[in-house]
Amino acid sequence: MRDVAVVGFAQTQLEDFDGSPTCVELLVPLLAECYEQTGWTRKDIGFWCSGSSDYLAGRSFSFVQAVDAIGVIPPVNESHVEMDLAWAMYEAWIKIQTGEVDTALVYAFGKSSAGVLRRSLSMQLEPYTMTPLWPDTVSLAGLQARAGIDAGQWDEAAMAAVVNRSLTDAEKNEHAVRKGGSSVEELLARPMYADPLRKHDCAPVTDGVAAIVLAAGDRARDVRDRPAWISGLAHSVDAMSMGTRDLTRSPSTARAGAGAGVEGVEIAELHAPFSHQELIVTRELGLGSDVVINPSGGPLSGNPMFSGGGIRIGEAARRIWSGEASRTLGHATSGPALQQNLVCVLDAEQKEA
Amino acid sequence: MARTLSAPVTVAFDYTRSTGPVLGRFLTGLRDGVLVGARTSSGTVVVPPPEYDPVTHQQTTDFVEVSPVGTVTSWTWVPEPVADQPFDRPFAFALVTLDGADAPMLHAVDVASPDEISTGMRVQVRWAEERVGHITDIACFEPVHDESAASPSGGGLMEDNLVTEVVTPVRLDYVYAASPEESAFYRGLKEGRILGQRCPTCQKVYVPPRSACPADGTPTEGEIELSHTGTITTFCIVNVPFLGQKITPPYVSAYVLLDGADIALLHLILDVPADEVRMGMRVKAVWKPEEEWEHTMENISHFSPTGEPDADYETYRQHL
Amino acid sequence: MAKQPAAVIGVGQTHHRAKRDDVSMAGLCREAMDRALEDAGLTLDEIDAIVVGKAPDLFEGVMMPELYLAEALGAVGKPLLRVHTAGSVGGSTAIVASSLVQAGVHKKVLTVAYEKQSESNAMWALSIPIPFNMPVHAGAGGYFAPHVRSYIRRSGAPEHIGAIVAAKDRNNALKNPYAHLHNEGTTVESVMASTMLWDPIRYDETCPSSDGACALVIASEDVAASSPNPAWIHGTVMRSEATTAAERDQVNPQASRDAAAALWKQAGITSPVDEIDAAEIYVPFSWFEPMWLESLGFAAPGEGWKLTESGATALGGKIPVNCSGGVLSSNPIGASGMLRFGEAALQVRGLAGEHQVDGARKALGHAYGGGSQFFAMWVVGSDKPS
Repeated sequence: MRDVAVVGFAQTQLEDFDGSPTCVELLVPLLAECYEQTGWTRKDIGFWCSGSSDYLAGRSFSFVQAVDAIGVIPPVNESHVEMDLAWAMYEAWIKIQTGEVDTALVYAFGKSSAGVLRRSLSMQLEPYTMTPLWPDTVSLAGLQARAGIDAGQWDEAAMAAVVNRSLTDAEKNEHAVRKGGSSVEELLARPMYADPLRKHDCAPVTDGVAAIVLAAGDRARDVRDRPAWISGLAHSVDAMSMGTRDLTRSPSTARAGAGAGVEGVEIAELHAPFSHQELIVTRELGLGSDVVINPSGGPLSGNPMFSGGGIRIGEAARRIWSGEASRTLGHATSGPALQQNLVCVLDAEQKEA
Repeated sequence: MARTLSAPVTVAFDYTRSTGPVLGRFLTGLRDGVLVGARTSSGTVVVPPPEYDPVTHQQTTDFVEVSPVGTVTSWTWVPEPVADQPFDRPFAFALVTLDGADAPMLHAVDVASPDEISTGMRVQVRWAEERVGHITDIACFEPVHDESAASPSGGGLMEDNLVTEVVTPVRLDYVYAASPEESAFYRGLKEGRILGQRCPTCQKVYVPPRSACPADGTPTEGEIELSHTGTITTFCIVNVPFLGQKITPPYVSAYVLLDGADIALLHLILDVPADEVRMGMRVKAVWKPEEEWEHTMENISHFSPTGEPDADYETYRQHL
Repeated sequence: MAKQPAAVIGVGQTHHRAKRDDVSMAGLCREAMDRALEDAGLTLDEIDAIVVGKAPDLFEGVMMPELYLAEALGAVGKPLLRVHTAGSVGGSTAIVASSLVQAGVHKKVLTVAYEKQSESNAMWALSIPIPFNMPVHAGAGGYFAPHVRSYIRRSGAPEHIGAIVAAKDRNNALKNPYAHLHNEGTTVESVMASTMLWDPIRYDETCPSSDGACALVIASEDVAASSPNPAWIHGTVMRSEATTAAERDQVNPQASRDAAAALWKQAGITSPVDEIDAAEIYVPFSWFEPMWLESLGFAAPGEGWKLTESGATALGGKIPVNCSGGVLSSNPIGASGMLRFGEAALQVRGLAGEHQVDGARKALGHAYGGGSQFFAMWVVGSDKPS
């Protein structure tokens, strides 16, 4: 395998973006930031891949205009996934592994606020017996949270502790759209919303864009003194059915973790849009109490659809670049109640060839 | 003034889904008042039946009738229902394991407050008044207060009349916003002006202006008021009616390269028989009466021939 | 670093129809997948990863349907990817699946692309009005017709060239049991006599709206060694440009020309018209055959129609194009590109049945999408690339 590193990362998170659903206005400065970080121009990029959803934008082919932000004369080697940025990055990592290219820039965009997000996501469910009931995302997460509470896997206090830590850490994250911790007691005193979830247990509806730059070998070392080398990258999916899954577990997270190799991780950025889901992911990855979870504030402080997972990888990479950690992890999820999961492990040290 | 213009958009369609044999059997059961599950290769009974066995990957064939009475295995409160959910007042979604099944199914439970539902509670199907072979044939589940009076199991399926199709209406409401550059363009139209912008990198004049010049990735800049006259580069005569069409065919849809612009606009050509429209024909914008002007391209009713001689092919060939 | 060798060892497709009301979406995909697996001599459990492709989610009204399909497609416990690059998606999806093998990450990858257009209405899904705009387009035909007119003006092609293509492809489809349209007795005259829909495009020069799926099994060198007839992948390419741009060539887009040049270089081909034995080119409207022949370098600019007129693109001609009947005879949009890629593989494997080109050893699979802005192509061959 080729040594490939994350060498660039940019993000924009907004509570309510008032521009077009193509997000081209946000992508132009985002890509500029990537060029500034790397010292590259668009001509240095070997492969492009984006992630977005037509149902978020409310129209077919909503992604086609996004390539304008790149500037595509001459035309580019480019692909698109109807998935989160993390999977766009996976496709780009594969492309680099084939040897066809040495560099890639992946980006994702989503204007969650254009519709009613928790309702729009019902379109993601089995269309014959689930979607016609319009089970919203919050309700599905609530069923999962209750299952864990009933099974004694976690309780409301454990969920509140996740929230408190996230919103406290978010105070140091300029991109966070929700921040401000208090205490577990204060959080538990707030009213129940979708029993057993309080509003702060649910990631805020967030608009935004994010981009990640990958480079192989010397191209990565040219950009950064401490590239974040991808030492493990794996993903997996579970069945969707809420009935046949043990909702307190996430086998696909465990498989992705095993595939990526998470031993010795110091910091983990976990894509858990509901507080209890962080507890599930932490368990499935076998992360001990010495691992720092979501120092960025995590998705409970901001979760732009289709870039929220990739942002976790970007945040994990930043900790390597800064020297703060030598081994970090970024996790991304997709689908209802943690159905599909990806784990990316990043190292300061290049693997022995 | 808001930075951008926005307007509501509704995406609505009644999808017609062919169910295939497995889901068809489940939906037939609902129509006929019977709950149909399937026994998987590992021996568990699952409702609704999975189309394919999770282990053998073979299509499911071993169907099992289960009770309309069951037990809540998890639930969540829905304090603010969204459109088209089973209730428009607060209710619970629950996972319910029906008697005779090993895995729960998802549906609504009709209770007035979260205090009235709990895990382990016994519930039964409340059938819809009219049943057509749709998941909403189960109106919801409701608490069982007296097990002995709980709704009995249904009976058989009308085998000679199986459900094969289900109609699923989907209606999603969005707020569409134009980009700042497009918003400036539409605001110009409201004043009877056609405003373009120039790419600072390649100097091309774009109309409408763009958040990124597609050649360079640079936002277009400035304000260039364009002529209302231009040249038809190419066109098509639309003879076909289609769903959602606003204009009655036949009509000519044409690319019009306004004088001073480097990219053509798509618009209608009228005031001339369709078969007399030509590439290179000179046309001018015909505006609706000023009192009808809004933030829309539709302020220009259509383009109409100017009567000038046709433009030379060489003047527009690079725009094809 | 060179790509790891990869080959297509299984191809499967559905019987394409206007409405496959006998199957669900999962059933449609599985029909193609099970045929591909049988062809490859593999079971679903032996597959390492699954790559799904389809065009806009609004067509079926399911957002990211691969998630709910995961269990039915046998993807549970495996990596699952979903590609969407507009009309080129079937081709792009096959390329992404190939890259998983060429990267050395997986050995046996199954890819499936589908569209169940009958669940809604493609014209509706593609024509949802944008506020402030003026809806003058009329679906894909309305979009592409002006550019066909531009081609005719630029090349001076006679009016009946499109009809030659349509008659050829419809007759080829009679040799393909999976094709949607089996219109006996289609002639140049009958096509010319059909209704003018989007002038200059006639009814018989347009693709149908189909339900259908296509699946491929792509394997590494060691796995392919046990296949009696692998189709080796000699080159893959994807290129994108903008939908609209100042002075963009919409007849012969630069992304298409660039993609073709890169593809021939990768595959070691210097004269495509001499070295390619069969081409499956994405032709949803008849005139795109001569247009793409030029763009792909099978003919000089302005000369593509002469190749078509000469009969060179017919089965038995110098460069047979769309022997399967092509998109003009079956168009399950998301799968259409993969069908081109799969039919190319069938040709070099000698498995194309009645529409087999005798002795075909190198074939092109081609797809495009959006406003002629996304391109995906591959070359497959009977021989392992040197």
